[in-house]
Amino acid sequence: MSVNTQPRRADPAPPERRPRAPRLTWSRFDVKAAPYLLISPYFLLFAVFGLFPLVFTLWVSLRDYGLAGGEATYTGLDNYAALLADADFWNAVVNTIGIFALATVPQLVLALLLANALNKRLRGRLLLRLGVLVPLVTSVVAVAVVFTQLYGRDYGLVNWLLDLLGLDRHIDWQSTRWSSWTAIATMVDWRWTGYNAIIYLAAMQTIPRQLYEAAAIDGASGRRQFWSITLPMIRPTVLFTVFVSTIGGLTLFAEPVMFAGNRMDGGTTGQFQTIAMYIVEQGFRNFDYGYAAAAAWLLFVLILLGVGLNYTLARRIGGSR
Amino acid sequence: MNHKARRGGKLAAAMTMAAALGVTAACSSGGTAAEGTSSAAPAEKITLTLQTFGGGTNFGYKAAVEKWNAEHPDVQVKYTNLTDSFENVYWPQMLQWLQSGTGAGDVVGIDEGGMGLAKARPQFFTDLGQYGLNSRKADFPAWKWENGLTADGKLFALGTDVGGMSICYRADLFEKAGLPANRDEVSKLWSGGWDDFIKAGQNFQAKVKDAKFVDSVNTIYNVVLSQESAKNGNVTYFDRDQKLIAGTNPAVRTAFDLTQKISQAGLTAKLQNFTDPWNTGFVKSQFATLGCPGWMLGVVSGTAGDAFKGKWDVATVPGGGGNWGGSWLAVPKQSKHPKEAAELAGYLTGPEAQLMAFKEGGNLPSTLAAQDDPALQGATNPYFGDAPIGKIFGPSIKSLQPTFLGERHAQVKREVEQVITGMDQGSVPYAEAWDKFVAAGEKAAR
Repeated sequence: MSVNTQPRRADPAPPERRPRAPRLTWSRFDVKAAPYLLISPYFLLFAVFGLFPLVFTLWVSLRDYGLAGGEATYTGLDNYAALLADADFWNAVVNTIGIFALATVPQLVLALLLANALNKRLRGRLLLRLGVLVPLVTSVVAVAVVFTQLYGRDYGLVNWLLDLLGLDRHIDWQSTRWSSWTAIATMVDWRWTGYNAIIYLAAMQTIPRQLYEAAAIDGASGRRQFWSITLPMIRPTVLFTVFVSTIGGLTLFAEPVMFAGNRMDGGTTGQFQTIAMYIVEQGFRNFDYGYAAAAAWLLFVLILLGVGLNYTLARRIGGSR
Repeated sequence: MNHKARRGGKLAAAMTMAAALGVTAACSSGGTAAEGTSSAAPAEKITLTLQTFGGGTNFGYKAAVEKWNAEHPDVQVKYTNLTDSFENVYWPQMLQWLQSGTGAGDVVGIDEGGMGLAKARPQFFTDLGQYGLNSRKADFPAWKWENGLTADGKLFALGTDVGGMSICYRADLFEKAGLPANRDEVSKLWSGGWDDFIKAGQNFQAKVKDAKFVDSVNTIYNVVLSQESAKNGNVTYFDRDQKLIAGTNPAVRTAFDLTQKISQAGLTAKLQNFTDPWNTGFVKSQFATLGCPGWMLGVVSGTAGDAFKGKWDVATVPGGGGNWGGSWLAVPKQSKHPKEAAELAGYLTGPEAQLMAFKEGGNLPSTLAAQDDPALQGATNPYFGDAPIGKIFGPSIKSLQPTFLGERHAQVKREVEQVITGMDQGSVPYAEAWDKFVAAGEKAAR
């Protein structure tokens, strides 16, 4: 306010205007430009590391672009057409969605239950709350390496346990779809369940206690309170985690790659090759960069579709109060 | 600073040249000349990075590099073996480094499978001829030399080793199975060819239950493929016009069929070579034999470790000679010290260093002088029960023939071998394996 009134007051005395002009522009700059300056680091970084790759990938995807010294000739939408007719690409899409569903649904449910439990009065609550975050701190590669050992065919701990239970036949975890998907899903769950639980917990803490007290007086059971108060109140948070895990799940890469022993083909018949692995295989193993870029854009579209679909589904959570 | 550094580099170059001429005394006095005067500042120390791949002892350069470092205080070599796997990890990574202009070492190893692609991209590699290495031509067999030339005839890579063949076997497990364990008798066991090998395997499997006869289908497949390729015009997946012939080349089909036969007979441990489970398999005695080109001896001894010293032995391969593997050393264009790097590549591919590598890892020398050296012909390997490896490999390496490998060989190899492994491990039905094999090759060659 005071800044704005100053020039007006100066108006009747024109000679005074001139010496004040620099301060005027500075103050205008201060008000108008400073906020942009302050938020600019994010947008600059985004432009360099987000927008540019996005646009460049689009440019590449319209070309027959060979890595390692190849040339780029414009081919229009050929790459996309070839991809849509490529059985291996669709195989990767099926795998990605399959692993995503297998990993994310139990993960979010588990996280919700875990958060609900942590929200109660427990002894050593802080320690337990920090404890669920520990898996997140471990490197994803370490997780994958350890789990790959656990799921080893000949000397894995899981098969050993199955052995103890009297199942004589060793499961070759990598060789079939269901087993490899399960193995990878457990890696993802182990790492991310705690993360989501902490986010849910944070949301649950914001729910006013009175609601529960009132519900308790009305004779609502714990379960009823969970369904009728907790879940509807944290719905925006659930939506957020669904978005984040959709994006994470559809771009799943490190775990299956490590599981495949650093190969990009996801098992002998591609039984657990995800789209991200397929992109790297095409771009950096077969050096078909244009094709990989097209696949990356299709993945982008797929993520948009997935987020949209999950949004409509997740909106219904605890919807009817 | 910059100015000085550049002059230092020039001086170092001049000094190495002097050293090459044998004027070592002049060199050291030049280095200690009055400080402050810009003309004789002490040469700066250069570190050259040598990047290789492979399991176990890989290129076997430990001793050779130590010797170089002791003799060249100003040009130290950092020897890093990046990974076990050439096709899946090393080569893709290397090509990205070459493409982006940074990351590749001063001297890098290239497997035969990558040479087709490398020679079609001379823009990535230093022309070694400009550092006088064209004079090495007479040292190598013609094929080894010629494969190191780019499409326009410039020397970009020098040959390291060649891939003469043998079978590595566990003498103790053979004994357990009631088979002869002595290497001459073992060689005789399958002197009639691969069918004898399978028969021996069946006898083995009848007695031994907790170990398999062969590690995987991969090693045998590659051994047979290189043997058969020698009988079919020395081509495998591509003909000399870079046309894919994986589905029609009888060499490929024969190797595939034999592999399938071995797998169906239940002789394999269903592993995949150069993976963690395979490495574990050595330590857990999961298998009794594997196809062993010369360089594989180092992989076996390096992976199985001292606990199995003397238990492994080497016998001749069924079905005659063949040429699997062998590598080259090249100097990427991005190297900041191409002259020194070229000199290092020349040294490492010289007869002396090759014999050191042979001693260390069993990598068979590619230079004629080293092949004729009594040190090779009379060599024994203590890890393999003092096996006379010179006698086992010696006669065959001079008659080795070059295998022509197409530009996309590494990609096709990676994909089709995955189908074979899948067939062995049960995810690809035997009846569908060949069609899938051909289809995978076609897709990768596209």
